[in-house]
Amino acid sequence: MLKKLSIAAVAALSLSAGGALAAGGESHIHDVDFSFEGPFGKFDQMQLQRGLQVYTEVCSACHGMRYVPLRTLADEGGPQLPEDQVIAYAAQFDIYDAEKDEDVPRTPANFFPMGGDPAAPDLSLMAKARAGFHGPMGSGMNQLFKGMGGPEYIASILTGYTGEEKEEAGTTFYANTAFPGGWIAMAPPLYGEDVEYADGHSTELHHEAEDVSAFLMWAAEPHMMARKKAGFVGVLMLTLLASLLFLTNKKLWAPIKGKKFEG
Amino acid sequence: MSGIPHDHYEPKTNAEKWLDSRLPIVGLLYNTIMIPTPKNLNWWWIWGIVLAFCLVLQIVTGVVLAMHYTPHVDLAFASIEHIMRDVNGGHMIRYIHMNGASLFFFAVYIHIFRGLFYGSYKAPREITWIVGMLIYLAMMATGFLGYVLPWGQMSFWGATVITGLFGAIPFIGEPLQAWLLGGPAVDNATLNRFFSLHYLLPFVIAALVVVHIWAFHTTGNNNPTGVEVRRGSKDEVKKDTLPFWPYFVIKDLVGLAIVLVLFFAVVGFMPNYFGHPDNYIEANALATPAHIVPEWYYLPFYAILRAFTSEVWVVMFASWITGGIITAKFFGVLAMFGAILVMALVPWLDTSRVRSGRYRPMFRWWFYLLVVDFIVLMWLGAMPAEEPYATYSLIASAYWFAYFLVILPVLGLIEKPTTPPATIEEDFDAHYSKPAE
Repeated sequence: MLKKLSIAAVAALSLSAGGALAAGGESHIHDVDFSFEGPFGKFDQMQLQRGLQVYTEVCSACHGMRYVPLRTLADEGGPQLPEDQVIAYAAQFDIYDAEKDEDVPRTPANFFPMGGDPAAPDLSLMAKARAGFHGPMGSGMNQLFKGMGGPEYIASILTGYTGEEKEEAGTTFYANTAFPGGWIAMAPPLYGEDVEYADGHSTELHHEAEDVSAFLMWAAEPHMMARKKAGFVGVLMLTLLASLLFLTNKKLWAPIKGKKFEG
Repeated sequence: MSGIPHDHYEPKTNAEKWLDSRLPIVGLLYNTIMIPTPKNLNWWWIWGIVLAFCLVLQIVTGVVLAMHYTPHVDLAFASIEHIMRDVNGGHMIRYIHMNGASLFFFAVYIHIFRGLFYGSYKAPREITWIVGMLIYLAMMATGFLGYVLPWGQMSFWGATVITGLFGAIPFIGEPLQAWLLGGPAVDNATLNRFFSLHYLLPFVIAALVVVHIWAFHTTGNNNPTGVEVRRGSKDEVKKDTLPFWPYFVIKDLVGLAIVLVLFFAVVGFMPNYFGHPDNYIEANALATPAHIVPEWYYLPFYAILRAFTSEVWVVMFASWITGGIITAKFFGVLAMFGAILVMALVPWLDTSRVRSGRYRPMFRWWFYLLVVDFIVLMWLGAMPAEEPYATYSLIASAYWFAYFLVILPVLGLIEKPTTPPATIEEDFDAHYSKPAE
């Protein structure tokens, strides 16, 4: 009952925040329950691999990820591809070799290539460079309860196209309910059934959008699992330390505080 | 060193005597750590230790970060990503450093407001207070310089806006700004000098901290009653105080450990909550962010800076009487620094004979309102510069100045304080003589 009430309260809060944003012509970001949220949340390895597939087959046509080393695809706490797959994955991209003066296939030691379209922003840090929920009143309280909302922002953009278009100064803009200002220069990249997942997972538009958003969260924060683990160890050890110190302090002060009482 | 009589270090062995006659360092450490401390100190007194810990934490993590950071406009942003992705434990070190700054300021604000409530700034502790204000200013400068180093969008535009404040100073403003930046705009020269100064200032802070501690070890700690330790004899002192070690070291460590539990939870589970997403976009001189917002700990003073627009009558008057030399922008800069200056001058603005707010029935409410005012200003600093926030900012800024310049001087004259206990011992026994309390 209590849980239902709190869900209702959060829903009401988010609705009112969304309403206020919509009234101001601002973007609407919907909340997604990602597996990696909260102190106990973990990346879903299969989802990251699916997201990598969407990124490779769709996004990377225009966007790049210049800060993400290809080798990290094999790292624990990420998509964790087997080494031979990482080598094969890297080899599909070329890189200029100054010594040989020609393009050679990339190795896992190289980075993801930069994007082909200079107007398309680099996606290495996109999931940390956007926030989903600023309200209420810009206080950031929603971010406290729902996370920063970067991956939600990406998923909302990818599913936020209304189908309307307009042309301004030779550029086509597409109406998008999530993009600040309402008009985005990126054509709708995903429609649903754009890829074929090896694990047979649904390729509905919102699934694809969530998969690639989760993957981009990993790309922006590859050590999230290690960080949360360190957080847990830190919190537990310090709680233990605080408890022991508290008891020590109590014992230390007992004769001082009880002195008058005895007399 | 201390003005309070207590047992001093006596070298016993020949080796100790040999060292003590050449360098009395053991005695110095002994007298510092065994300083008689009022035994009625409450939990608001733990933040000094938290602050000392923060300084060490920031220096240690900062030194390691500097080993991997590259202060160049083309490489700085990438070197931060290198730290976050490739350096062993780099992401934890950076997140601790990043959030360590927030903890540092959180602690210093509580520490300052504790001093304001219990009258810790009053004679004979004015020097301690002034040095504390200098530390706070140095902290603000260090935090600002450090925020520029990742070379994200907020770094760049924050640096542009804040150095622009110096440009508002009449006559010398523009050359001064160019001198600070090392050129006409924020660029590589700026980043290099900011890195150099960001590394230097913490050691200046450390030196000031030594002076801060030296000063209050000379006067003795204030305490919740504001009543001084009796100094007639060592026996009297012993009734009012306990040695810092072990009683207050252990107590402070309890407080520090609890604070660190929360700190580690933030670092582990929500390390970017206090930051701005725009700083994960590399600096771009051609794209101004929609809202340039400073870090949360500058927001109250940022709100005061922006409150004084050209439509405010005080600003119009100042501009008219100086023949236009004082512009609205310069007035805002003066107001911002003035807000800290009036706080620094509080030892001479507070006219009350009674030190602690505990025994000042009227003062207490004005003080609580000041705390609320500070939080409201913090919220307003994050809001866009438009109505109704502009009016709110003006009201909240006015209260900040009124508290120090009008309320404190007047309160001392009209307020009838209650009677503090005669001694610290009396206060302590009143709390602990009955088990029910």
